Amino acid sequence: MEVTITINGQEVTRDIEPRMLLVHFIRETPGLTGTHWGCDTSNCGACIVHLDDKAVKSCTVLAVMADGREVRTVEGLERDGNLDPIQEGFHEQHALHCGFCTPGMMMASRALLDENPDPTREEIREAISGGICRCTGYVNIVNAVRWAAEREAEIKQEA
Amino acid sequence: MATTVENLPSPGHERPVGFGRLKRKEDARFIRGKGTYLDDIKLPGMLHGAILRSPFAHAKINSIDTSAALALEGVAAVMTAKELETLGLAWMPTISYDTQAVLAGDKVRFQGQEVAFVIATDEYIARDALPLIEVDYEPLPVVVDARKALDPDAPLIRDDKPGQVDNLATPTWEAGDEEATEKIFAEADTVTTRDVMYPRCHPSPMETCGMIADFNPETGQLDLYNGNQAPHVHRTVYAHVAGLPEHKIRIMCNDIGGGFGNKVPVYPGYVCTIAASIVAGVPVKWVEDRNEHLTSTGFARDYIMHSSIAAKDGRITGLKVDVIADHGAWDSTAQPTKFPAGFFHICSGSYTLDAAHVKVKAVYTNKAAGGVAYRCSFRITEAVYLVERMVEALATEMEVDPIELRMRSFIGPEQFPYETTTGWTYDSGNYAETMKVAMEIAGYEELRREQAEKKERGELMGIGVAFFTEGVGAGPRKHMDILGMSMNDGADLRVHPSGKAVVSISAQTQGQGHETTFAQIVAEELGIPPEDVEVRHGDTDKSPYGLGTYGSRSTPVSGAAVSLVSRKVRDKARLIAAHMLETRPEDLGWEKGRWFVKGDPEQGAAIEDIALRAYSGESLPTGMEGGLDAQIIYDPPNLTYPYGAYICVVDVDPETAQVSVRRFIAVDDCGVRINPMIVDGQIHGGLAEGLGIALMELISFDDDGNCLNSSFMDYLIPTSMECPDFELGETVTPCPHHPIGAKGVGESPTVGSPPAIVNAVIDALRQGYPDVTHIDMPCTPDRVWAAMQGRPEPPQ
Repeated sequence: MEVTITINGQEVTRDIEPRMLLVHFIRETPGLTGTHWGCDTSNCGACIVHLDDKAVKSCTVLAVMADGREVRTVEGLERDGNLDPIQEGFHEQHALHCGFCTPGMMMASRALLDENPDPTREEIREAISGGICRCTGYVNIVNAVRWAAEREAEIKQEA
Repeated sequence: MATTVENLPSPGHERPVGFGRLKRKEDARFIRGKGTYLDDIKLPGMLHGAILRSPFAHAKINSIDTSAALALEGVAAVMTAKELETLGLAWMPTISYDTQAVLAGDKVRFQGQEVAFVIATDEYIARDALPLIEVDYEPLPVVVDARKALDPDAPLIRDDKPGQVDNLATPTWEAGDEEATEKIFAEADTVTTRDVMYPRCHPSPMETCGMIADFNPETGQLDLYNGNQAPHVHRTVYAHVAGLPEHKIRIMCNDIGGGFGNKVPVYPGYVCTIAASIVAGVPVKWVEDRNEHLTSTGFARDYIMHSSIAAKDGRITGLKVDVIADHGAWDSTAQPTKFPAGFFHICSGSYTLDAAHVKVKAVYTNKAAGGVAYRCSFRITEAVYLVERMVEALATEMEVDPIELRMRSFIGPEQFPYETTTGWTYDSGNYAETMKVAMEIAGYEELRREQAEKKERGELMGIGVAFFTEGVGAGPRKHMDILGMSMNDGADLRVHPSGKAVVSISAQTQGQGHETTFAQIVAEELGIPPEDVEVRHGDTDKSPYGLGTYGSRSTPVSGAAVSLVSRKVRDKARLIAAHMLETRPEDLGWEKGRWFVKGDPEQGAAIEDIALRAYSGESLPTGMEGGLDAQIIYDPPNLTYPYGAYICVVDVDPETAQVSVRRFIAVDDCGVRINPMIVDGQIHGGLAEGLGIALMELISFDDDGNCLNSSFMDYLIPTSMECPDFELGETVTPCPHHPIGAKGVGESPTVGSPPAIVNAVIDALRQGYPDVTHIDMPCTPDRVWAAMQGRPEPPQ
């Protein structure tokens, strides 16, 4: 069946099998391979994207369920050549090693800051707990999200 | 001369030309979602593979019917052992000189074993075809418990091996002096005995294993895209196994989503993918799913240890241990050839033991093979866990503080280089000093007071200690090889005319930050800013031969190679500079990035000017070749021996038996730190994995050999909720034989943290349940609860 999904502002239309997972649609059709697949059971969070501004695991959503809706992926974080403060924070705070979980972690973190611009460390830990990182031990991911929250507060103040 | 901590730049330095907290170069692509992991690669005309796996742990295969699968639209081929036999690829050697089936022909020997390989036009169709393959299995009796594998009535697993009459995988291997050890035990004041198990766990990197094979029938060129930790060795293995010409094989690793030892071996799926591409004449991609990854790729540990430890006059004097190792259905454990139990005999630890004796025997079981080093230098994790559990148990029996007992027994700083009783030569250390730093950060005395207060209120607070010494950076050519290949690493440095440089290395990053760290080594040695040094790796056509990244060997071996190749370039630059400055080389002094005239320091030549001169049309010293390049193969004279003191504070809920790690203090001494930010990150990550092993991660089986932890629903990995904000400290004792004094660190935290955590859990339980003497990992609530009820059980 034919579906149209808006991914990072671009409409993508394709005739697909109804069983196709959203994560595969994103990776194959526009070729946005920043969204990763890491488990079969919705446990790892490497596939987290925003579906209508809400963080979802795209391995647990059928592409047909996203028909007519908006998806934002890691490739959509950077805008007009400017990194999102979350992306900067991950770099500044050494919050990634192998980089495989990073897109999912950043999308979960972005969704948190959109709802709660000044989260505590515990709130951050809770927000990213749907993802697994095997490399960092999470401390620096929490630091990165705090860094981004503070950076965004500064930007707001400047504006 | 080794670099010392005094001449390191301050940790706050943002853009060091050399060592310091430099932000990672590789981040730029990863934070944009532009990494290139295996499954991101698509080649024109590529087919997709999928593997049919055995549902049984042990069964005879009577027949395989692939006709229905072949009839499915989109299926290009189905390979079984029969097809592979015609190519001579039905069996392949393991890393431990055993053999393993690529696809099962006669019988299956563990659940999840590879039985057939389908190639189809897309991944969904390839998987649709799997249930259409009809296999007639005849189930056989199963042995999953290593302790029963040598029973006379145990089913023979390896009837494929001529002369194999039982399930013994490797005969008893020994280290140390048995007679001397018995004497020490006879003279001891206190002897403590425990059965300690290091259960089976799995490295489970976030990216599973897979490969794209692209065979060109016209040229005979075989391009392999495959994230593995040792690409050069893999190339040699494929050349030997498949009889392919090695110069026509190219392996490209690109970005790897974690390895942790799991991506060291060559897996049957890789061989199937290569065979499929050769047969089909088109590129073939195969990527396993998480279930396949957990049930069939390299597990870790699975050591059942019976041990005694002795003390005399208040000091630890002896240790003995008898191990049964469960190697699964094939002996494919990863370690240097002459070390069938890896470096397990480093289990004498950080102490001046008078004698020690180690016996290790390995058996086959109907379980997946592996025995890879999950973030560990070849069984050192098991060794450190054993000795640190035994020291703790001994301290309890002697009624002495566990740190006090360690302090009395440590190897003293003046005793290095120290020959251990089991044959290692520790390079350098000041153990008591590092222990004191950890006590200070922890506030050890205050913690003990708090614990006593809580005990009065019925609360279970525990403080656990571990002190480890690791031997990493394997290893010296005279002692070590893997599959006959020396464990050396190459480096190739080219300084371009503009003074910018490319360094190619044989180490293979899986997230360790090599593109930054190795650029910093060149920067430190030559004064070329790290942003002007490109690090090449992961492509066998573009990097020198070497054994890759595992066993914390990148910095000790490859790092030394990069340092020394830079010094070779610096030496050549000196000759050119002397020629340019019309003086003698011995009259020149070096400061970072520049040779200068000692008597007139204003007069000098910067490295970029020397580089330009080296390639220019202007004259060079008589007889000198142009260019500013150098190559090296580094053979380490010894392992390096990082160490650390870890203290863990846990609270155990007396009603639910839930363990929570409240604090974790890790003081590591890994010698000189090239990039302290990356070192801290490595320690954080290793601690999280150690915490997972101690509290959550377990691969277990039922009596029929069904794997009970085959997904992330059942194989529990710590999330952000279980990991505390780790507290780190450091001491710096340079390695005397490493050119920059570095020792390697990646695995130390995974080695050191499980005993600290388990010791803390037992310490907590003993506040309310003084009869608890041991609990095996993982300390899950059900198992902790059982221990509280006086019926601790080892994991299945």
